[in-house]
Amino acid sequence: MSVNPATAPLLSADGMPLKKSLGRALRRQKIRALMLIAPLLLFVFVAFIMPIVSMLFRSVENDIVADTLPQTVLELQSWDAELGELPPEVVYAALASDIKIAAKARKHTKVGLRLNYEQSGVASLFKKTARKAKKWDGDADAPFKEKLIEVHKSWGEIEIWQTLKVHSSNYTSGYFLNAIDMRKTVSGPEFQPEEKQVLILLFKRTLVMSLIIMGTCILLGYPVAWLLANLPARQANLLMILVLLPFWTSLLVRTSAWKVMLQQQGVINDLLVQLGLVADSARLVMINNETGTIVAMTHILLPFMILPMYSVMQTIPPTYLRAAKSLGATNWTAFWRVYFPQTVPGIGAGSILVFILAIGYYITPEIVGGSKGVFISNRIAYSILKSLNWGLGAALASILLVAVLVLYWTYDKIVGIDNVKLGG
Amino acid sequence: MLTRKTILATAALSLVAGSAFAGGHMSNEMTIVSWGGAYSNSQLKAYHEPYSAITGVTILNDESSGTATAKLRAMNEANNITWDVVDVEAGPAMALCDEGLAMVIDPDTMLARAPNDVSAADDFGDTLVSECFIPQIVYSTTFGYRTDLVGSTPPTSVCDVFDTEAYPGKRSLFSYPINNMEWALLCDGVAKADIYDVLETSDGQDQAFAKLDTIKDHVIWVDAGSTTPQLLADGEVIMGATYNGRLFSLIEEKKQPVAMLWDGQVMDLDGWIIPAGLSPERQARALDYIMFATDTTRLADQSKYIPYGPARKSSAPLVGKHAELGIDMAPHMPTSPANLERAFLMNYSFWADYRDDFDAKFQAWLAK
Amino acid sequence: MAETKIDSNVFVQFDRVQKSYDGVSLVVKDLSLAMPRGEFLTMLGPSGSGKTTCLMMLAGFETATYGDIMLDGISINNIPPHKRGIGMVFQNYALFPHMTVAENLAFPLEVRKIPKTEREAKVKLALEMVQMGDFGGRRPAQLSGGQQQRVALARALVFEAELVLMDEPLGALDKQLREHMQFEIKRIANNLGITVVYVTHDQTEALTMSDRVAVFDDGRIQQLAPPDELYESPQNSFVAQFIGENNTLEGVVKEIVNGVALVQLDDGKLIDCNPVNVSKPGERTRVSIRPERVEFNKDRLQEGAHTLKAEVLEFIYMGDIFRTRLRVAGNDDFIVKTRNAPDQVRLEPGAQIDIGWLPSDCRALDA
Repeated sequence: MSVNPATAPLLSADGMPLKKSLGRALRRQKIRALMLIAPLLLFVFVAFIMPIVSMLFRSVENDIVADTLPQTVLELQSWDAELGELPPEVVYAALASDIKIAAKARKHTKVGLRLNYEQSGVASLFKKTARKAKKWDGDADAPFKEKLIEVHKSWGEIEIWQTLKVHSSNYTSGYFLNAIDMRKTVSGPEFQPEEKQVLILLFKRTLVMSLIIMGTCILLGYPVAWLLANLPARQANLLMILVLLPFWTSLLVRTSAWKVMLQQQGVINDLLVQLGLVADSARLVMINNETGTIVAMTHILLPFMILPMYSVMQTIPPTYLRAAKSLGATNWTAFWRVYFPQTVPGIGAGSILVFILAIGYYITPEIVGGSKGVFISNRIAYSILKSLNWGLGAALASILLVAVLVLYWTYDKIVGIDNVKLGG
Repeated sequence: MLTRKTILATAALSLVAGSAFAGGHMSNEMTIVSWGGAYSNSQLKAYHEPYSAITGVTILNDESSGTATAKLRAMNEANNITWDVVDVEAGPAMALCDEGLAMVIDPDTMLARAPNDVSAADDFGDTLVSECFIPQIVYSTTFGYRTDLVGSTPPTSVCDVFDTEAYPGKRSLFSYPINNMEWALLCDGVAKADIYDVLETSDGQDQAFAKLDTIKDHVIWVDAGSTTPQLLADGEVIMGATYNGRLFSLIEEKKQPVAMLWDGQVMDLDGWIIPAGLSPERQARALDYIMFATDTTRLADQSKYIPYGPARKSSAPLVGKHAELGIDMAPHMPTSPANLERAFLMNYSFWADYRDDFDAKFQAWLAK
Repeated sequence: MAETKIDSNVFVQFDRVQKSYDGVSLVVKDLSLAMPRGEFLTMLGPSGSGKTTCLMMLAGFETATYGDIMLDGISINNIPPHKRGIGMVFQNYALFPHMTVAENLAFPLEVRKIPKTEREAKVKLALEMVQMGDFGGRRPAQLSGGQQQRVALARALVFEAELVLMDEPLGALDKQLREHMQFEIKRIANNLGITVVYVTHDQTEALTMSDRVAVFDDGRIQQLAPPDELYESPQNSFVAQFIGENNTLEGVVKEIVNGVALVQLDDGKLIDCNPVNVSKPGERTRVSIRPERVEFNKDRLQEGAHTLKAEVLEFIYMGDIFRTRLRVAGNDDFIVKTRNAPDQVRLEPGAQIDIGWLPSDCRALDA
């Protein structure tokens, strides 16, 4: 039987199968390429991937309760939280012992703070209890049930024990539930009480305001991009510098400048009063609210809208407009039916950029937004920097990340990410 | 080739940057955290400059006292304490002490005795509210108002802040619960003595929030002591709450048309803590600084620059005139008899226990 | 101002039109032109000669600095482009990339508010006319250059414009396709009876397609004539040079007798010429002779005609013709074209021959 030349493997000059020697030659190239970008990969891994993974992890991590109150957690396992009865003496004794040890190690505040996120008042409860428990002496002070209830009546209420039990696991969905104004209870997730429901409101506000900012950026940026693309080179360069100017000034300076412009005794209000458009007693409130945030953020994000639009408009030859007019279209029809549809990829790219930047923005809403113009990112900053509820901050940030990815995916489905043009 | 160079350069740069962040503490430097503005300036004149002159230590000022508790907790989590001495109020000091984030300071061995040889513990007396906390001053949070913007009858009571009809216009308040909750209850008819008992109940908290709701839309919420003086100077608010020293500087030094409303002033203590977990070398320097900065003369010196009452009894007779303006400082102190009469005494230990509870609720209320 | 001719047969008219972009120099200088209905007129010229500017002024995308442009007797100077009802085919077709072929064609009908069913019928007809009936659903990017060209043509015709302007519409096509499309455009234009103004810099295109050709140079029409007249009787040396291949010899007019000019070439030789652009003895002239009108077979030369000595430099076999390069009166680039016939002589390089021509084929033009 002879070898069929069509199916026999091709050999290279040295007798090795061709596929193998090609693979070897390519592998060397790949390794070299990999070596070249290795420092960058390392940097991305350390500075980008690791923090994100760590953030995702923090949003579910919850070992503080089990670590600080190990005996109590163990004893609570055999207590049925849904029966509506207080736990037995042995649980109280375990808690007294745990708190005493924790207080010596000064760890009781942390666990109190952790549980305070779930049930208001636990932070002070733990502080008070720890001060007393430090002085107790093992079995001599038993029984502890009455003693603890004496220290604080909360220990005689079933709610605190339910909270303890529900949040004793090492991993929890609690932070994510908190992030959408819900909480973990013995009978499953429930909505937070009315006065604590604020995060969904903030998510909605962030979304709506980012959309508004995106919209104003489109409206203001479109004519500028058009001018940039159609002016003679010299004027276009000058205009381009003006567009880029905001990039070259400090964000804080620009934002503070808006403060001076927009405040009630500020430049714009003074002007309006002088022109008699607004009564001195009825000066407009344009800062420390939504208006302030929208104005300042539109200004800051405008270049991110203009540049992608400009780069797309630049590639549209003026003959299209001429052709449309020669076919009988008025200026408006020619623009709307012929020019505008071709700029949609630029608008799309700009909108994605602006929207994603806007929903993550923090510093500008913080300075000019007051209490009504703040975003979910300000809440994340508050959780991370002030209340130190890193778990909640991480959960909120994760939700934001997922929201951005979902929006990106939706956009890809509807418009197609291939249609997005940032340049050329 | 160019790409490779760029990548190598970038990698090298990030390594350098990394080590610069990790470095931080030089041998002859210390970082002292305070509130900034006129207050930091008074500390600079009264404490830092003389101390640097004597010891040659370079003092770096960090104006992060407003977020000190959170930052100390974060530093503790990260196990990297970059601060040496921190200026905080009494309540947070007590909380930090409870959490083990501040070191215990023994007044007998670690602080200077009074000139009349009274022990430091006795000289500070009641102001030593925590074993980790060395008080410097008694200050108060009170309102200033624009004399030209409040009409013909200037406000006389803290409750005028809640009267938006008699005093239309914006007011500024700190964006945290301390003081605001007390004022709300006080102006809702709760007796001064009962305020903290009422505030401990959830009904009482609801009552306070309900009262604050009535002015919520008329308030610019601020989180730095320097913002309200600026807002008053710009005429953005007609009245606003801040520390009495800041208002003094606005009125006497910057000559703005602003007056003090001492009524309902909430007195608090402010002082030093040393973060727990410093290296022995840094801890020794921090203690040396505290010993120097809290002696009778230095505490009295500070009051030449800012009208805050010294925490030591022995310093009181040394309070004189303002170093530059030549004004007699005593009447501007929150502790002067006329002002003290209208004061409201803060319950530090209440806030040490409840601050976290209230902060969470207050922020949720604010965001709505 | 010259009196405006009222001629019912004139459809497009340029009346002393001038155009300047910078206020310093004129791109179009004093241009007058009248076109009857149904004419296929080509504006031919080198780039920068003003032909495209004229087309754009007619379309309405440029305004005339001076003078009137009239359509069907009405001045259209102040009518915006979209109201002129002129069809136009652009150099790069300008098909709207975000619309299908059918949508592109429907566009001019839509803006004219023509009902949907009628619109669809017209689009279908127009596509069939250019043999693109099956391509209605495609996007322009999915078509070849030739197909795009057909669609662009159909789009300019679909709204039944009486006047269609074409700006170098075949410039981007390869030679074979171009020749095919030339024929196609001409056929369609004839069938529809439309008036066409066609701009090109390709003289072959101009000669094969047009009823009349306007040769542009330096902002002026150098000659406006049917193709044969243009080729055979160029009015000046620019036209003679620009249209077809041309041999030139320089000299001075000695005398003009009975409509024949005696020209003394620069090397002293005398030849007889047709005085086209010269009027009196002593004038310098450039003499133009088409390569196919040069004769070196003595039997075919006229009795007593002047002949010139020539040296054969190069013989090129080109299939249908022979192309022979000669040195004549100091000109090394003198070309003779001869038909590839069985009895045709193939000249050898180095051979010395006598050449001559009919005086009427030798045109004495401006120097």
